[in-house]
Amino acid sequence: MFPVAIKDNVYWVGAIDWNIRDFHGYSTYKGTTYNAYLILDDKITLVDTVKYPFREELLNNIRQLIDPARIDYLIVNHVEMDHAGSVQYITDLVKPEKIFCSPMGQKNMLAYNLSPDYPYEVVKTGQSISLGKKTVQFIETRMLHWPDSMFSYLPQDKLLISSDAFGEHWATNERFDDQVDMAELMAHAAKYYANILLLYSPLVQKLLAEVQKLGLEIDMIAPDHGLIWRGNPGAIIQAYDRWSRQETAQKAVVIYDTMWHSTEKMAHAIVEGLTREDISTKLMNLKVNHRSEIMTEVLDAKAIICGSSTLNNNILPTMADILTYMKGLKPVNKIAAAFGSYGWSGEAVGQINQYFEEMKFTLASPGIKVLYGPNEADLQNCAALGQQIGRMIKEQVK
Amino acid sequence: MKKYVCSVCGFVYDPAKGDPENNIPAGTPFENLPDSWVCPVCGASKDQFEAE
Repeated sequence: MFPVAIKDNVYWVGAIDWNIRDFHGYSTYKGTTYNAYLILDDKITLVDTVKYPFREELLNNIRQLIDPARIDYLIVNHVEMDHAGSVQYITDLVKPEKIFCSPMGQKNMLAYNLSPDYPYEVVKTGQSISLGKKTVQFIETRMLHWPDSMFSYLPQDKLLISSDAFGEHWATNERFDDQVDMAELMAHAAKYYANILLLYSPLVQKLLAEVQKLGLEIDMIAPDHGLIWRGNPGAIIQAYDRWSRQETAQKAVVIYDTMWHSTEKMAHAIVEGLTREDISTKLMNLKVNHRSEIMTEVLDAKAIICGSSTLNNNILPTMADILTYMKGLKPVNKIAAAFGSYGWSGEAVGQINQYFEEMKFTLASPGIKVLYGPNEADLQNCAALGQQIGRMIKEQVK
Repeated sequence: MKKYVCSVCGFVYDPAKGDPENNIPAGTPFENLPDSWVCPVCGASKDQFEAE
């Protein structure tokens, strides 16, 4: 690739990863990008690096603008390997005068075994550095999504370089939001939020308030993954406000796995009940849906209904996977119910309910258990449960 | 003395250990931590801790 000017003397110099399909357990079926930015000023500054295998792409982009040895400052907004994985390589190569990072950034780079002799310069929220004509102001964003995370803001350019916030996994050769389909872009951004940031929603709310309080004028947001928000940066800020308040729609997700189709029949009957109440419903079989796709649907769903047969006195392993994952991401204020068929012991429904209780979901019913195969009456019960939940959703979500 | 858990990142404050890196000696109960003390891992404030 080649560098792309995003502002006067500010360039995207990152890398596009067209091939990645599994990003630490998150399905990236359309790849991703690792964005890094080069600021040309009296002090030439590189903001973030890229995942290690892409370091030559980064350098190649920089070389088309300047000799990389001229880089004076390196800013590390986040120490995760997809952004800081080339910090050691770049530092040894260009020997920057300073490496700016948050207090936790320094601590965590040392914990990643980077040399303690590097010229770290710790910065905190509100601190600024002058690059010559341009200034960079830092805003710590602890736990959004790691303890070391921070934003770099260029007031003269009204540019917020936002690290992992406001990004999405989507490999494109377009660099800006106004060059791609908005609906698809927002879908990727929602998936990113649901799978990476949902559990920190209370902190997102605080951060949005803090950004407002600091009075930052923002006309462009440049995240470390995916597209740069140039045409409509307000759209992603508003979406983050909505998602972090965990606003829901009149929507349900029915998640299940099945051994001999009994639990599956129950799932279909529940969907039928929800459909009779006009509730938008996603039926997600765990054998064919990735956990990160399911979480994306959970994000704005009001009801989560989970079904599993009982296998060896337990829920099916796929159900344990999604419930463990979901619990960690801390969705709140959901209506829930469990269902499943069994042959003799039938522990699955109770075990799913335990997860629901830990997540403080409201149980719509104690759950439906069916011995071996559901008969007509069982399926009617399932449909009735779907309808009952549908009515609850309509009462609670206007 | 009770341990306290950070609701943001899961760090556990153990009074028996204190937080020596931030000048909190071993044996300091959670209640006696100054209001300015923050989670040493993620920076969350004291009020975001819950008793274990």
